[in-house]
Amino acid sequence: MVKRSLLVLTAALVVSVAIAMYVVLYLTNVPDSARAAQTSAGTELYLATVPAAALNDPHPSWVSYYQTNSRDTNWQHKTTFIVPANTLVHVTVFQYDGDSGLRNPFISQATGTVGGTFTLDGKTIQAIDPNTASHVFAIPQLGLSVPLQGVDGNAKNQCGNAPCTMSQAHQTITFSFRTGAKGSLYRWQCFVPCAAGYIDGFGGPMQTVGYMDGFVKVV
Amino acid sequence: MQADQTNHFRRFALIWAVATAILTPIVIFVFGPGLPPGNGTVESAGQVSDNTVLLALSTPVALGVLIFVGYCVWAFREPNPDGPVLDGPPITGNSSVQMWWLIVTTTLVLFLATFGSVRLLQDGAGGGQGPNPLSTPAGKALQVQVIAQQWEFTYRYPGYGGIETPHLVIPANTLVEFHVTSLDVVHSFWAYQLGVKADANPGLDNIAYVTTKSPMTFEVHCAELCGVWHGYMFDSGRVVSKASFATWIKGAEKTYGPAVKYLPPYSKTYFPSPVGRGG
Repeated sequence: MVKRSLLVLTAALVVSVAIAMYVVLYLTNVPDSARAAQTSAGTELYLATVPAAALNDPHPSWVSYYQTNSRDTNWQHKTTFIVPANTLVHVTVFQYDGDSGLRNPFISQATGTVGGTFTLDGKTIQAIDPNTASHVFAIPQLGLSVPLQGVDGNAKNQCGNAPCTMSQAHQTITFSFRTGAKGSLYRWQCFVPCAAGYIDGFGGPMQTVGYMDGFVKVV
Repeated sequence: MQADQTNHFRRFALIWAVATAILTPIVIFVFGPGLPPGNGTVESAGQVSDNTVLLALSTPVALGVLIFVGYCVWAFREPNPDGPVLDGPPITGNSSVQMWWLIVTTTLVLFLATFGSVRLLQDGAGGGQGPNPLSTPAGKALQVQVIAQQWEFTYRYPGYGGIETPHLVIPANTLVEFHVTSLDVVHSFWAYQLGVKADANPGLDNIAYVTTKSPMTFEVHCAELCGVWHGYMFDSGRVVSKASFATWIKGAEKTYGPAVKYLPPYSKTYFPSPVGRGG
């Protein structure tokens, strides 16, 4: 009787530990992360969007975000961005992809940025034509959403796979947003159905963390 | 042997009757008022009543099962665990028990089916009723369109120039008519404390009604597995006074004005074009 009880208790313990480990690993296992840069101008986050990931990527045909630096070099395929708490973060996106268009035109307006505006190649605006959107950088939990206009389809010297260079056709988008409390974990995503070859453009990189989705970790 | 069986049944029935008499009123009057989803709206309060009725009816049933199992474990345990294992008396049918079992369960199921149907037909019970609702509450309703997309809800107010907002705000003491639709896959609009739950299907106008009461905040969740960020598809909404709503909607018209010129004319459903780079 005692032997049987011990066996049952041991089995229950093993199962409980296994479940707990699964939950902990699930919650902590996020893709590689990269810190926002601290400069004299404040906290800076440099990102890039490309029509296709690097040729040595597991999915070289997938559209993707990358993290870069102020000179648009040192490309890293990391989509978890670490930012300081209660801080104004200045984001610059080097956008190399063509347009796809938004399913919901409402998202063509920037929300949640400082002043409700963003700059597109140096010009301060609030919204773009939804049909020209290539991607969106949105953190719905913060109410942040910024549309990224696509590169003209007829532009010369367009970039194919990451990494791209400043000499190639691109748009530069900048905006600022304020982070929340320390320990917050936000998800960010693109709202443009930009996954080439998938039903309605919503599969593949749109459904895989590490391409058109990721996390913003507040420390 | 027969006398012993009768004795067991009586003891079981007595324990069950006493437990039911004690616990059912406790369930109704102590646990009932705290049942979800709360009394924030007419519909959610109705759901609390419905849940109380269901719990009150299921209490005797659950007690019957639990007490029967417990009683059997106690009364028919092996009296001498170290002795030889003996076979018990043979099981025989009992037509009286079988008949009452059928009568009681059939009555319960039919009552619950009738009760549920009547409640649904009264006011829709906060559920999505499709494009042609069977039960339409009387009175003028504020129309709010709920647009689901991967992975966010946005809201259009056709009575206010069709503006769209990323958050849901509705006035207190008002009948609200939600028109729920989707731009991509199937979602489900679940405004928990409002007592509203309606599937968001692409190309379909799913109508749900709610009558708000006092100002409150409520949660909005997607209740249909809809992709990688389904678990993050949530937001909070507010029921505010009518004066505050008038102020808020005026502000929203200004804040979200730049996007208005790009919005399609208000429609019950949308078939967005382009479909991007879809294959």
